[in-house]
Amino acid sequence: MKCKRCRAKAEIKLRQHNAAFCRTCFVFFVQRQVERTIRQERMIANSEPVLVAVSGGKDSLALWEILHALGFTTTGLHLALGIGEYSAESTRKTKAFAAQHELPLITADLGEVAEPVPTLARFTNRPPCAACGLAKRHFMDRIANERGFPVLATGHNLDDEAARLLGNVMRWQGDYLAKQSPVLEPNHERFARKVRPLYRLSEYEMAAYAFFRGIDYILDECPNSVGASQLVYKDALNRIESEMPGAKMSFVREFFRSAQPAFAAAERPPDHECDQCGMPCFGSTCAFCRLRREVDAKRPSPPSPPTPH
Amino acid sequence: MKIRILPERNELDLPGRQRVADALRQLDMLPGTVMVIRNDELLTDDAWVEENDTIEIRRVMSGG
Repeated sequence: MKCKRCRAKAEIKLRQHNAAFCRTCFVFFVQRQVERTIRQERMIANSEPVLVAVSGGKDSLALWEILHALGFTTTGLHLALGIGEYSAESTRKTKAFAAQHELPLITADLGEVAEPVPTLARFTNRPPCAACGLAKRHFMDRIANERGFPVLATGHNLDDEAARLLGNVMRWQGDYLAKQSPVLEPNHERFARKVRPLYRLSEYEMAAYAFFRGIDYILDECPNSVGASQLVYKDALNRIESEMPGAKMSFVREFFRSAQPAFAAAERPPDHECDQCGMPCFGSTCAFCRLRREVDAKRPSPPSPPTPH
Repeated sequence: MKIRILPERNELDLPGRQRVADALRQLDMLPGTVMVIRNDELLTDDAWVEENDTIEIRRVMSGG
């Protein structure tokens, strides 16, 4: 199999593009895809500093590397989630990447600024992934606001978008469909623009990019993701894709083009500021601060010191 | 051929010389969901793997 661009021996075949590439041309292809996506979707202006959410996984570290290679001014934001050795290893990989590329990194330890994910889940009877997602969204918004970043970039790839879309459609969750977009313009002055520059690139393409670029990412899966519904949707979509190459891309692209605007039109902006943290929300307290309040209410109090006789 | 599967760190053997696509079919894996790596080289699904080769199969799916 030959590279489509230079006719050298191909290392990767992309059925959805009916193309194969050598290592060098594939790296060029991915970087150019991201550059085009950013330009066509008006995600980031050249002068805007970008806060890049980095987990230590392949997608977010590759995104950070690509944005830096494209000349954007980037700062990484890593949340240490407190999920045992998995989180410790994720933090080590992220810090090592930042040091190797001499890029600035903000690290927030959820156990210090709030509660670790297992505690948030245990005392509120929520699935860990729900508590984790809420905490991540809250601190990404909050830190972007506190540090004055106009843009927050995340490493969601095509498979993430397709799986999320399938999940939202299966339950017809109109409010979630309204917010699923590669560019989410802020609907409050304290929010940053949220962008997903990798949404046209598959999970396989991002893994290959990280491999070719020698990015040392965490291979292990989060222990909480076992049996997660997103993985069920991804598996179903992979089976469809294997029979119909390009199906994932058209599913996502046509949703963004024709259906998402209709859901977004029905959205209203947050009308309050949280009485605990000051971030925009609906009602008096934001969802994350309500979660923390629930933890405080349900966590057993420490034993009182013995009364002197 | 010797196969190491990540992230599970499972190891197994498949007999004979085979194309990557055939090996993946025997393992019930879909192309595009795993990277097949030999000596720091990514293999396309038409590549041959020799009986004495050692390959790494790295799953690419993540999320939760």
